[in-house]
Amino acid sequence: MEMVCIVCPNGCRLKVDNSAEGVKVAGAKCKRGEAFAQTELTNPMRSVTSSVKTTVKNYPVVSVRTDGEIPKSKIFDLIKELSEFTLDKKVPIGTILIKNVLNTGINVITTTEMI
Amino acid sequence: MKHYDVIIIGGGPAGLAAAIRASKNASVLLIEREARLGGILKQCIHDGFGVVRFGEKLSGPEYADRFIKEIDKTNVEISLLSFVTDVTRTDKYELTYVCENGVRRVTCDKLILATGCRERTKNGIFIQGDRCSGVYTAGAAQNLVNMMGVMPGKRVVILGSGDIGLIMARRLTFEGAEVLGVYEAKPTPSGLTRNIHQCLRDFDIPLYLSKTVTRVFGANRLEKVEISDVDDKMRPIPGTEQIIECDTLVLAVGLIPENELANDLSVKLDYKTKGAIVDQNCQTLSDGIYACGNALHVNDLVDYVSESGETAGGNASLPNKERKLVPVEVKGKIMYIVPQMLDLNSPLDKVITYFRASEDLTGQKLTVKVGGQTVFNKSYLKLLPPEMERVVIDYSKADLSSGRIVISLEDK
Repeated sequence: MEMVCIVCPNGCRLKVDNSAEGVKVAGAKCKRGEAFAQTELTNPMRSVTSSVKTTVKNYPVVSVRTDGEIPKSKIFDLIKELSEFTLDKKVPIGTILIKNVLNTGINVITTTEMI
Repeated sequence: MKHYDVIIIGGGPAGLAAAIRASKNASVLLIEREARLGGILKQCIHDGFGVVRFGEKLSGPEYADRFIKEIDKTNVEISLLSFVTDVTRTDKYELTYVCENGVRRVTCDKLILATGCRERTKNGIFIQGDRCSGVYTAGAAQNLVNMMGVMPGKRVVILGSGDIGLIMARRLTFEGAEVLGVYEAKPTPSGLTRNIHQCLRDFDIPLYLSKTVTRVFGANRLEKVEISDVDDKMRPIPGTEQIIECDTLVLAVGLIPENELANDLSVKLDYKTKGAIVDQNCQTLSDGIYACGNALHVNDLVDYVSESGETAGGNASLPNKERKLVPVEVKGKIMYIVPQMLDLNSPLDKVITYFRASEDLTGQKLTVKVGGQTVFNKSYLKLLPPEMERVVIDYSKADLSSGRIVISLEDK
Protein backbone atom coordinates (compact mmCIF):
# COMPACT_ATOMS: atom_id res chain seq x y z
CA MET A 1 0.00 0.00 0.00
CA GLU A 2 0.98 3.62 -0.46
CA MET A 3 1.26 6.03 2.44
CA VAL A 4 2.37 9.61 2.89
CA CYS A 5 4.74 10.19 5.78
CA ILE A 6 3.62 13.19 7.87
CA VAL A 7 6.66 13.40 10.12
CA CYS A 8 8.15 16.38 8.32
CA PRO A 9 7.22 18.67 5.41
CA ASN A 10 9.11 16.45 2.97
CA GLY A 11 5.99 14.27 2.95
CA CYS A 12 7.77 11.21 1.59
CA ARG A 13 5.58 8.86 -0.39
CA LEU A 14 6.07 5.47 1.21
CA LYS A 15 5.51 2.09 -0.35
CA VAL A 16 4.53 -0.16 2.52
CA ASP A 17 4.53 -3.93 2.25
CA ASN A 18 2.76 -5.51 5.21
CA SER A 19 3.23 -9.27 5.15
CA ALA A 20 3.68 -12.09 7.63
CA GLU A 21 7.42 -11.43 7.80
CA GLY A 22 6.80 -7.90 8.98
CA VAL A 23 6.47 -4.41 7.56
CA LYS A 24 8.74 -3.39 4.69
CA VAL A 25 8.98 0.30 3.85
CA ALA A 26 10.45 1.88 0.74
CA GLY A 27 10.61 5.50 -0.35
CA ALA A 28 11.45 7.13 2.97
CA LYS A 29 14.22 9.72 2.91
CA CYS A 30 15.00 9.04 6.57
CA LYS A 31 14.54 6.42 9.29
CA ARG A 32 11.62 8.26 10.83
CA GLY A 33 9.55 7.34 7.77
CA GLU A 34 9.93 3.64 8.49
CA ALA A 35 8.95 4.11 12.12
CA PHE A 36 5.99 6.21 10.99
CA ALA A 37 4.72 3.45 8.70
CA GLN A 38 5.07 0.87 11.48
CA THR A 39 2.97 2.78 14.00
CA GLU A 40 0.54 4.06 11.37
CA LEU A 41 -0.40 0.45 10.62
CA THR A 42 -0.73 -0.61 14.24
CA ASN A 43 -1.54 2.40 16.43
CA PRO A 44 -1.49 5.73 14.57
CA MET A 45 -0.09 8.55 16.67
CA ARG A 46 -0.42 12.32 16.25
CA SER A 47 0.93 15.39 17.98
CA VAL A 48 -1.86 17.86 18.60
CA THR A 49 -1.75 21.64 18.54
CA SER A 50 -4.58 23.81 19.79
CA SER A 51 -5.23 26.63 22.25
CA VAL A 52 -6.71 27.16 25.72
CA LYS A 53 -8.59 30.18 27.00
CA THR A 54 -6.94 32.49 29.50
CA THR A 55 -7.94 35.31 31.83
CA VAL A 56 -4.68 37.14 31.08
CA LYS A 57 -4.86 40.63 29.53
CA ASN A 58 -4.21 40.67 25.76
CA TYR A 59 -4.34 36.88 25.60
CA PRO A 60 -7.89 35.64 25.10
CA VAL A 61 -6.29 32.31 24.22
CA VAL A 62 -2.78 30.91 24.33
CA SER A 63 -1.42 28.29 21.98
CA VAL A 64 -0.55 24.81 23.26
CA ARG A 65 0.67 21.47 21.94
CA THR A 66 1.35 17.99 23.15
CA ASP A 67 5.04 17.49 23.88
CA GLY A 68 4.91 14.18 22.04
CA GLU A 69 2.44 12.06 20.14
CA ILE A 70 -0.78 10.65 21.49
CA PRO A 71 -2.96 7.94 19.93
CA LYS A 72 -4.98 9.39 17.07
CA SER A 73 -8.13 7.91 18.62
CA LYS A 74 -7.69 10.18 21.67
CA ILE A 75 -7.50 13.49 19.80
CA PHE A 76 -11.05 14.56 20.51
CA ASP A 77 -10.83 13.51 24.17
CA LEU A 78 -7.81 15.77 24.40
CA ILE A 79 -9.62 18.61 22.64
CA LYS A 80 -12.46 18.27 25.18
CA GLU A 81 -10.00 18.42 28.06
CA LEU A 82 -8.44 21.57 26.60
CA SER A 83 -11.84 23.24 26.20
CA GLU A 84 -12.42 22.77 29.95
CA PHE A 85 -9.07 24.32 30.88
CA THR A 86 -8.57 27.99 31.78
CA LEU A 87 -5.14 29.54 32.28
CA ASP A 88 -5.31 32.27 34.93
CA LYS A 89 -1.77 33.67 34.89
CA LYS A 90 1.10 34.47 32.58
CA VAL A 91 3.44 31.52 32.17
CA PRO A 92 6.71 31.18 30.24
CA ILE A 93 6.72 29.38 26.89
CA GLY A 94 6.99 25.60 27.32
CA THR A 95 5.15 25.50 30.66
CA ILE A 96 3.33 22.23 31.31
CA LEU A 97 -0.40 22.94 31.68
CA ILE A 98 -1.68 19.37 31.84
CA LYS A 99 0.64 16.61 33.00
CA ASN A 100 0.25 13.06 31.65
CA VAL A 101 -2.86 14.02 29.73
CA LEU A 102 -5.39 11.16 29.38
CA ASN A 103 -2.77 8.84 30.89
CA THR A 104 -0.73 8.95 27.71
CA GLY A 105 2.50 9.91 29.44
CA ILE A 106 2.44 13.06 27.31
CA ASN A 107 2.09 16.63 28.61
CA VAL A 108 0.31 19.65 27.19
CA ILE A 109 2.67 22.64 27.03
CA THR A 110 2.25 26.29 26.05
CA THR A 111 3.90 27.41 22.84
CA THR A 112 3.65 31.19 23.08
CA GLU A 113 5.84 33.47 25.19
CA MET A 114 3.31 35.69 26.96
CA ILE A 115 4.97 39.09 27.20
CA MET B 1 17.52 62.37 11.47
CA LYS B 2 19.02 59.28 13.01
CA HIS B 3 21.05 57.17 10.63
CA TYR B 4 21.34 53.37 10.57
CA ASP B 5 23.50 51.16 8.40
CA VAL B 6 20.57 48.84 7.77
CA ILE B 7 16.83 49.26 8.21
CA ILE B 8 14.61 46.19 7.99
CA ILE B 9 10.89 46.51 7.37
CA GLY B 10 8.94 43.61 8.83
CA GLY B 11 9.53 41.67 12.06
CA GLY B 12 8.42 38.22 10.89
CA PRO B 13 10.76 35.28 10.36
CA ALA B 14 12.61 36.90 7.43
CA GLY B 15 13.08 40.26 9.15
CA LEU B 16 14.15 38.68 12.45
CA ALA B 17 16.77 36.51 10.75
CA ALA B 18 17.97 39.45 8.65
CA ALA B 19 18.26 41.71 11.69
CA ILE B 20 20.16 39.18 13.79
CA ARG B 21 22.63 38.52 10.99
CA ALA B 22 23.07 42.18 9.99
CA SER B 23 23.65 43.28 13.58
CA LYS B 24 26.97 41.43 13.66
CA ASN B 25 28.52 44.14 11.45
CA ALA B 26 26.08 47.02 11.35
CA SER B 27 23.70 49.30 13.22
CA VAL B 28 20.19 48.00 12.61
CA LEU B 29 16.64 49.27 13.01
CA LEU B 30 13.82 46.74 12.73
CA ILE B 31 10.38 48.20 12.01
CA GLU B 32 7.30 46.10 12.83
CA ARG B 33 3.70 47.23 12.48
CA GLU B 34 2.22 44.90 15.09
CA ALA B 35 2.61 44.93 18.88
CA ARG B 36 4.67 41.76 18.92
CA LEU B 37 7.45 40.32 16.77
CA GLY B 38 6.99 37.07 14.86
CA GLY B 39 4.77 38.06 11.95
CA ILE B 40 2.34 35.42 10.76
CA LEU B 41 4.08 32.78 12.91
CA LYS B 42 2.25 34.16 15.95
CA GLN B 43 -1.01 32.73 14.69
CA CYS B 44 0.39 29.60 13.02
CA ILE B 45 0.01 27.48 16.13
CA HIS B 46 0.20 24.16 14.24
CA ASP B 47 3.51 22.31 14.24
CA GLY B 48 6.00 21.38 11.56
CA PHE B 49 8.17 24.50 11.70
CA GLY B 50 11.92 24.20 12.02
CA VAL B 51 12.38 20.62 10.85
CA VAL B 52 15.15 21.66 8.46
CA ARG B 53 16.76 24.21 10.75
CA PHE B 54 16.40 22.81 14.24
CA GLY B 55 15.53 19.17 13.50
CA GLU B 56 12.43 19.66 15.63
CA LYS B 57 8.73 19.99 14.92
CA LEU B 58 7.96 23.36 16.49
CA SER B 59 4.79 25.39 16.37
CA GLY B 60 4.96 28.79 14.69
CA PRO B 61 5.15 30.85 17.91
CA GLU B 62 7.91 28.58 19.24
CA TYR B 63 9.92 28.96 16.05
CA ALA B 64 9.55 32.74 16.24
CA ASP B 65 10.50 32.70 19.92
CA ARG B 66 13.91 31.17 19.15
CA PHE B 67 14.70 34.20 16.99
CA ILE B 68 13.13 36.73 19.37
CA LYS B 69 15.32 35.42 22.22
CA GLU B 70 18.29 35.69 19.85
CA ILE B 71 17.50 39.25 18.76
CA ASP B 72 17.18 40.31 22.41
CA LYS B 73 20.90 39.55 22.77
CA THR B 74 21.86 41.88 19.91
CA ASN B 75 21.92 45.67 19.70
CA VAL B 76 19.17 45.77 17.07
CA GLU B 77 16.80 48.67 17.73
CA ILE B 78 13.21 47.46 17.46
CA SER B 79 10.28 49.76 16.77
CA LEU B 80 6.93 48.04 17.28
CA LEU B 81 3.48 49.35 16.32
CA SER B 82 5.25 51.23 13.56
CA PHE B 83 4.10 51.65 10.00
CA VAL B 84 6.28 52.92 7.17
CA THR B 85 4.43 55.53 5.16
CA ASP B 86 7.16 56.73 2.82
CA VAL B 87 10.57 55.75 1.53
CA THR B 88 12.53 58.18 -0.59
CA ARG B 89 15.80 57.57 -2.30
CA THR B 90 18.42 60.31 -1.96
CA ASP B 91 22.12 59.47 -1.76
CA LYS B 92 20.82 57.06 0.90
CA TYR B 93 17.28 56.01 1.89
CA GLU B 94 14.97 58.27 3.89
CA LEU B 95 12.11 56.58 5.73
CA THR B 96 9.07 58.08 7.36
CA TYR B 97 7.13 55.93 9.78
CA VAL B 98 4.29 56.37 12.21
CA CYS B 99 4.81 54.94 15.67
CA GLU B 100 3.60 55.40 19.25
CA ASN B 101 5.76 58.53 19.60
CA GLY B 102 4.31 60.12 16.47
CA VAL B 103 5.96 60.50 13.10
CA ARG B 104 9.63 59.63 12.90
CA ARG B 105 12.12 60.15 10.08
CA VAL B 106 15.28 58.08 9.76
CA THR B 107 17.89 57.33 7.12
CA CYS B 108 19.84 54.23 6.17
CA ASP B 109 22.39 52.96 3.66
CA LYS B 110 20.67 49.64 3.06
CA LEU B 111 17.02 48.76 3.15
CA ILE B 112 15.71 45.23 3.59
CA LEU B 113 12.13 44.52 2.59
CA ALA B 114 10.86 41.66 4.75
CA THR B 115 7.22 42.58 4.38
CA GLY B 116 5.86 39.08 3.86
CA CYS B 117 2.90 38.33 1.68
CA ARG B 118 -0.82 38.98 1.43
CA GLU B 119 -3.76 36.71 0.88
CA ARG B 120 -5.82 36.86 -2.25
CA THR B 121 -9.34 37.95 -1.40
CA LYS B 122 -12.81 37.29 -2.75
CA ASN B 123 -12.38 40.18 -5.18
CA GLY B 124 -9.09 38.73 -6.34
CA ILE B 125 -10.84 35.61 -7.61
CA PHE B 126 -14.12 37.16 -8.79
CA ILE B 127 -16.81 35.49 -6.69
CA GLN B 128 -20.22 36.99 -7.51
CA GLY B 129 -23.12 37.55 -5.16
CA ASP B 130 -24.27 39.30 -2.03
CA ARG B 131 -21.99 41.33 0.15
CA CYS B 132 -22.79 39.49 3.34
CA SER B 133 -20.64 38.77 6.38
CA GLY B 134 -19.18 35.33 6.88
CA VAL B 135 -16.58 35.38 4.10
CA TYR B 136 -13.04 35.28 5.47
CA THR B 137 -9.57 34.75 4.14
CA ALA B 138 -7.96 31.76 5.82
CA GLY B 139 -5.46 34.00 7.61
CA ALA B 140 -8.25 36.18 9.00
CA ALA B 141 -10.10 33.10 10.24
CA GLN B 142 -6.85 31.82 11.73
CA ASN B 143 -6.30 35.11 13.52
CA LEU B 144 -9.81 35.03 14.98
CA VAL B 145 -9.52 31.47 16.25
CA ASN B 146 -5.89 31.34 17.35
CA MET B 147 -5.29 34.89 18.60
CA MET B 148 -8.72 36.24 19.59
CA GLY B 149 -10.34 32.97 20.64
CA VAL B 150 -13.36 33.73 18.48
CA MET B 151 -15.08 31.28 16.14
CA PRO B 152 -15.81 32.66 12.67
CA GLY B 153 -18.82 30.35 12.18
CA LYS B 154 -20.35 26.91 12.55
CA ARG B 155 -20.86 25.42 9.08
CA VAL B 156 -17.80 26.08 6.99
CA VAL B 157 -16.92 25.73 3.33
CA ILE B 158 -13.26 26.18 2.46
CA LEU B 159 -12.28 27.30 -1.01
CA GLY B 160 -8.72 26.52 -2.00
CA SER B 161 -6.50 23.67 -0.89
CA GLY B 162 -3.46 25.75 0.03
CA ASP B 163 -1.76 24.84 3.29
CA ILE B 164 -3.51 27.46 5.40
CA GLY B 165 -6.89 26.26 4.12
CA LEU B 166 -6.08 22.67 5.01
CA ILE B 167 -4.75 23.62 8.43
CA MET B 168 -7.82 25.75 9.11
CA ALA B 169 -10.07 22.83 8.15
CA ARG B 170 -8.53 20.82 10.98
CA ARG B 171 -8.39 23.76 13.36
CA LEU B 172 -12.05 24.67 12.91
CA THR B 173 -12.98 21.00 13.33
CA PHE B 174 -11.11 20.93 16.67
CA GLU B 175 -12.99 24.01 17.83
CA GLY B 176 -16.36 22.49 17.06
CA ALA B 177 -17.22 23.76 13.59
CA GLU B 178 -18.50 21.47 10.87
CA VAL B 179 -16.23 21.70 7.85
CA LEU B 180 -18.37 20.64 4.91
CA GLY B 181 -15.56 20.35 2.43
CA VAL B 182 -12.50 21.85 0.83
CA TYR B 183 -13.02 22.88 -2.80
CA GLU B 184 -10.15 23.32 -5.23
CA ALA B 185 -10.51 24.73 -8.74
CA LYS B 186 -7.34 23.04 -9.92
CA PRO B 187 -7.28 19.32 -10.70
CA THR B 188 -4.57 18.80 -8.06
CA PRO B 189 -4.32 19.99 -4.45
CA SER B 190 -2.23 23.13 -3.80
CA GLY B 191 -1.04 22.30 -0.31
CA LEU B 192 1.63 19.91 0.93
CA THR B 193 0.65 16.26 0.62
CA ARG B 194 1.20 15.66 4.32
CA ASN B 195 -1.37 18.32 5.11
CA ILE B 196 -3.96 16.63 2.88
CA HIS B 197 -3.42 13.55 5.01
CA GLN B 198 -3.10 14.91 8.53
CA CYS B 199 -5.63 17.76 8.20
CA LEU B 200 -8.33 16.32 5.94
CA ARG B 201 -8.12 12.50 5.75
CA ASP B 202 -7.58 12.11 9.50
CA PHE B 203 -10.91 13.85 10.10
CA ASP B 204 -12.84 12.61 7.06
CA ILE B 205 -13.12 16.11 5.61
CA PRO B 206 -13.87 15.76 1.90
CA LEU B 207 -11.64 17.37 -0.74
CA TYR B 208 -13.32 18.22 -4.04
CA LEU B 209 -11.08 18.94 -7.02
CA SER B 210 -11.95 20.92 -10.19
CA LYS B 211 -14.77 22.71 -8.36
CA THR B 212 -15.05 26.29 -7.24
CA VAL B 213 -17.38 28.69 -5.47
CA THR B 214 -19.13 30.82 -8.10
CA ARG B 215 -21.62 32.78 -6.00
CA VAL B 216 -22.38 33.65 -2.38
CA PHE B 217 -25.87 34.28 -0.98
CA GLY B 218 -26.98 35.94 2.25
CA ALA B 219 -29.00 38.97 3.37
CA ASN B 220 -26.72 39.90 6.29
CA ARG B 221 -24.86 36.74 7.10
CA LEU B 222 -23.76 34.16 4.55
CA GLU B 223 -26.53 31.58 4.06
CA LYS B 224 -25.34 29.48 1.15
CA VAL B 225 -22.75 29.22 -1.59
CA GLU B 226 -23.01 28.03 -5.17
CA ILE B 227 -20.39 25.54 -6.27
CA SER B 228 -19.66 24.83 -9.94
CA ASP B 229 -17.46 22.34 -11.73
CA VAL B 230 -14.70 23.98 -13.75
CA ASP B 231 -13.12 22.97 -17.04
CA ASP B 232 -9.41 22.49 -17.65
CA LYS B 233 -8.95 26.25 -17.97
CA MET B 234 -10.65 26.70 -14.59
CA ARG B 235 -13.77 28.26 -16.17
CA PRO B 236 -17.06 27.34 -14.46
CA ILE B 237 -19.19 24.91 -16.49
CA PRO B 238 -22.83 26.12 -16.77
CA GLY B 239 -25.40 23.59 -15.56
CA THR B 240 -23.14 22.06 -12.91
CA GLU B 241 -24.20 24.47 -10.14
CA GLN B 242 -24.88 23.02 -6.73
CA ILE B 243 -26.03 24.90 -3.61
CA ILE B 244 -24.49 24.29 -0.19
CA GLU B 245 -25.93 25.78 2.98
CA CYS B 246 -23.24 27.24 5.21
CA ASP B 247 -22.60 30.30 7.36
CA THR B 248 -18.90 30.65 6.67
CA LEU B 249 -16.73 30.65 3.58
CA VAL B 250 -12.99 30.52 4.14
CA LEU B 251 -10.81 31.52 1.20
CA ALA B 252 -7.40 29.90 0.96
CA VAL B 253 -6.77 30.91 -2.61
CA GLY B 254 -3.17 31.86 -2.61
CA LEU B 255 -0.62 34.33 -1.40
CA ILE B 256 1.05 37.21 -3.19
CA PRO B 257 4.30 38.86 -2.07
CA GLU B 258 3.66 42.25 -0.48
CA ASN B 259 5.40 44.79 -2.67
CA GLU B 260 3.83 48.18 -2.10
CA LEU B 261 7.08 49.70 -0.90
CA ALA B 262 9.07 47.93 -3.60
CA ASN B 263 6.72 49.41 -6.19
CA ASP B 264 7.04 52.89 -4.67
CA LEU B 265 10.79 52.54 -5.05
CA SER B 266 10.45 51.21 -8.63
CA VAL B 267 12.16 47.96 -7.68
CA LYS B 268 11.96 45.59 -10.65
CA LEU B 269 9.68 42.62 -9.99
CA ASP B 270 9.58 39.13 -11.47
CA TYR B 271 6.10 38.53 -12.91
CA LYS B 272 6.45 34.84 -12.06
CA THR B 273 7.33 35.12 -8.36
CA LYS B 274 5.54 38.48 -8.01
CA GLY B 275 8.46 39.48 -5.82
CA ALA B 276 11.60 41.41 -6.60
CA ILE B 277 14.26 40.16 -9.00
CA VAL B 278 17.35 39.51 -6.88
CA ASP B 279 20.93 38.28 -7.07
CA GLN B 280 22.37 35.54 -4.87
CA ASN B 281 22.67 38.04 -1.98
CA CYS B 282 18.95 38.86 -2.12
CA GLN B 283 19.84 42.33 -3.39
CA THR B 284 17.28 43.66 -5.87
CA LEU B 285 18.18 45.40 -9.11
CA SER B 286 18.04 48.68 -7.15
CA ASP B 287 21.38 49.03 -5.38
CA GLY B 288 21.04 48.92 -1.62
CA ILE B 289 17.52 47.45 -1.52
CA TYR B 290 17.16 43.82 -0.49
CA ALA B 291 14.14 41.53 -0.43
CA CYS B 292 13.78 38.30 1.52
CA GLY B 293 11.27 35.79 2.85
CA ASN B 294 7.76 35.73 1.48
CA ALA B 295 8.11 39.26 0.12
CA LEU B 296 10.62 37.78 -2.31
CA HIS B 297 8.64 34.67 -3.24
CA VAL B 298 6.06 32.68 -1.35
CA ASN B 299 7.82 29.87 0.49
CA ASP B 300 6.26 26.74 1.92
CA LEU B 301 8.83 26.24 4.67
CA VAL B 302 9.71 28.96 7.17
CA ASP B 303 13.19 27.48 7.45
CA TYR B 304 13.95 28.86 3.98
CA VAL B 305 12.33 32.20 4.84
CA SER B 306 14.85 32.55 7.66
CA GLU B 307 17.64 31.43 5.36
CA SER B 308 16.92 34.16 2.80
CA GLY B 309 16.63 36.69 5.63
CA GLU B 310 20.11 35.75 6.76
CA THR B 311 21.44 36.03 3.24
CA ALA B 312 19.96 39.51 2.89
CA GLY B 313 21.00 40.66 6.36
CA GLY B 314 24.53 39.33 6.05
CA ASN B 315 25.15 40.97 2.73
CA ALA B 316 23.44 44.25 3.57
CA SER B 317 25.75 44.68 6.55
CA LEU B 318 28.85 44.62 4.31
CA PRO B 319 30.29 47.72 2.63
CA ASN B 320 29.00 48.69 -0.82
CA LYS B 321 30.62 47.00 -3.76
CA GLU B 322 30.20 47.50 -7.48
CA ARG B 323 28.05 44.66 -8.85
CA LYS B 324 28.37 42.84 -12.13
CA LEU B 325 25.02 41.21 -12.78
CA VAL B 326 24.25 38.48 -15.26
CA PRO B 327 20.86 36.80 -15.72
CA VAL B 328 20.10 33.16 -14.98
CA GLU B 329 17.90 31.78 -17.76
CA VAL B 330 15.30 29.10 -17.31
CA LYS B 331 14.34 26.32 -19.73
CA GLY B 332 11.68 23.64 -19.45
CA LYS B 333 8.88 23.12 -16.97
CA ILE B 334 10.14 25.44 -14.24
CA MET B 335 7.60 27.85 -12.77
CA TYR B 336 10.28 30.13 -11.34
CA ILE B 337 13.75 30.32 -9.87
CA VAL B 338 15.27 32.56 -7.20
CA PRO B 339 17.78 34.20 -7.55
CA GLN B 340 17.13 35.34 -11.08
CA MET B 341 20.52 37.10 -11.37
CA LEU B 342 24.09 36.41 -10.30
CA ASP B 343 26.55 39.04 -9.13
CA LEU B 344 29.92 37.99 -10.49
CA ASN B 345 31.72 40.20 -7.95
CA SER B 346 30.27 38.21 -5.03
CA PRO B 347 31.06 34.67 -3.90
CA LEU B 348 29.69 32.11 -6.37
CA ASP B 349 30.66 28.83 -4.76
CA LYS B 350 27.47 28.31 -2.76
CA VAL B 351 24.58 29.89 -4.61
CA ILE B 352 21.39 28.82 -2.87
CA THR B 353 18.77 28.46 -5.58
CA TYR B 354 15.08 27.82 -5.04
CA PHE B 355 12.77 26.61 -7.76
CA ARG B 356 9.31 25.21 -8.36
CA ALA B 357 8.16 22.91 -11.15
CA SER B 358 5.37 24.36 -13.28
CA GLU B 359 3.33 21.12 -13.20
CA ASP B 360 3.31 17.67 -11.58
CA LEU B 361 6.33 15.86 -13.01
CA THR B 362 8.07 12.52 -12.58
CA GLY B 363 11.57 11.44 -13.54
CA GLN B 364 13.17 14.82 -14.03
CA LYS B 365 16.74 16.04 -14.27
CA LEU B 366 17.72 19.55 -13.27
CA THR B 367 20.78 20.74 -15.18
CA VAL B 368 22.70 23.96 -14.75
CA LYS B 369 24.86 24.90 -17.71
CA VAL B 370 27.26 27.76 -18.24
CA GLY B 371 28.09 28.32 -21.91
CA GLY B 372 26.98 24.77 -22.67
CA GLN B 373 29.18 23.30 -19.91
CA THR B 374 27.30 21.43 -17.16
CA VAL B 375 28.20 22.75 -13.69
CA PHE B 376 25.46 21.04 -11.69
CA ASN B 377 22.79 18.41 -12.08
CA LYS B 378 20.34 16.60 -9.88
CA SER B 379 17.68 13.97 -10.52
CA TYR B 380 14.18 14.05 -9.10
CA LEU B 381 11.74 11.13 -8.92
CA LYS B 382 8.86 13.52 -8.47
CA LEU B 383 8.33 17.28 -8.58
CA LEU B 384 5.16 19.09 -7.55
CA PRO B 385 4.46 22.84 -7.91
CA PRO B 386 3.36 23.20 -4.26
CA GLU B 387 6.66 21.78 -3.03
CA MET B 388 9.56 24.19 -3.46
CA GLU B 389 12.97 22.69 -4.14
CA ARG B 390 16.30 24.04 -2.93
CA VAL B 391 19.70 23.34 -4.45
CA VAL B 392 23.14 24.77 -3.73
CA ILE B 393 25.07 25.43 -6.93
CA ASP B 394 28.82 25.99 -7.21
CA TYR B 395 29.50 28.40 -10.07
CA SER B 396 33.00 29.32 -8.91
CA LYS B 397 34.83 27.11 -11.40
CA ALA B 398 32.78 28.17 -14.42
CA ASP B 399 33.59 31.08 -16.71
CA LEU B 400 30.47 33.13 -16.14
CA SER B 401 31.55 36.26 -17.96
CA SER B 402 31.36 34.65 -21.39
CA GLY B 403 28.68 31.96 -21.45
CA ARG B 404 24.96 32.07 -20.83
CA ILE B 405 23.73 30.55 -17.56
CA VAL B 406 20.80 28.22 -18.16
CA ILE B 407 18.90 26.15 -15.60
CA SER B 408 16.76 23.53 -17.27
CA LEU B 409 14.42 20.73 -16.30
CA GLU B 410 14.20 17.78 -18.67
CA ASP B 411 12.74 14.29 -18.75
CA LYS B 412 15.30 11.78 -17.62
